Amino acid sequence: MIMTNIETVPGKAIISCFGVVSGSTVRTKHAGRDIMAGLKNIFGGELRGYTELLGESRDEAIRRMQQQASQLGANAIVNVRFSTSSVAAGAAEIYVYGTAVTVE
Amino acid sequence: MYQLAVFCVLLALGYGFGRFAETRHYQSITRREKLFAELPTLSLRSAGEDEEAVFKTQFVSANVVISVDYFKRVAAALRGFFGGNVQAYESLVDRARREAVLRVKESCPGASHILNVRIETSSIHKGRGNGVGSVEVFAYGTAVYNAPD
Repeated sequence: MIMTNIETVPGKAIISCFGVVSGSTVRTKHAGRDIMAGLKNIFGGELRGYTELLGESRDEAIRRMQQQASQLGANAIVNVRFSTSSVAAGAAEIYVYGTAVTVE
Repeated sequence: MYQLAVFCVLLALGYGFGRFAETRHYQSITRREKLFAELPTLSLRSAGEDEEAVFKTQFVSANVVISVDYFKRVAAALRGFFGGNVQAYESLVDRARREAVLRVKESCPGASHILNVRIETSSIHKGRGNGVGSVEVFAYGTAVYNAPD
């Protein structure tokens, strides 16, 4: 599945368009990571636990979006965008959407 | 008295480790930025490239979560009283953004350029009532590979 965050796929022509496809995940961190993050809040630096957590959630959201696109018979998604919102304290929703198309 | 001692210890630990981590991180950022100077990131949607020359395009993304140390948090709180530039947080978001863009570049070695790079910043500790604390920066774009000659 080809993905771009611009309107076209450079070097390829878009043949047909299937409309918007999207995927989302809501994830929360676990206590162990929270304790480590609490320590890191004193010393400063990268919170690897959170970096991984958010990275995994984005991958999952992208996977769901790609699944939806392939069900429609598309082979590419253009103009992919992300949005993050916090639904509850400690939980974040990651939403990804784009336009499913077929390219030659 | 006991609380004051804990506060001072935390402040000293934050200052020492925070400064050390920041200096080391900036050194690593400058070194890697030089390494990837050949790979431009553009915020344009099209670089006016020759469509024929494009070999493949790939969606690339990377994120990083960086936390501020205790000393900086106290310094920022003080700054909030007087107003003005909060340098403590300026360096925090600067580090995070540059690190995220670098990770994007590292994920696609061999690309000719990266189009439409977007950088999103969000505060992780939102809604907890203790201010900024840590920021997440997520950078993404479209890597364009030119056809091997």
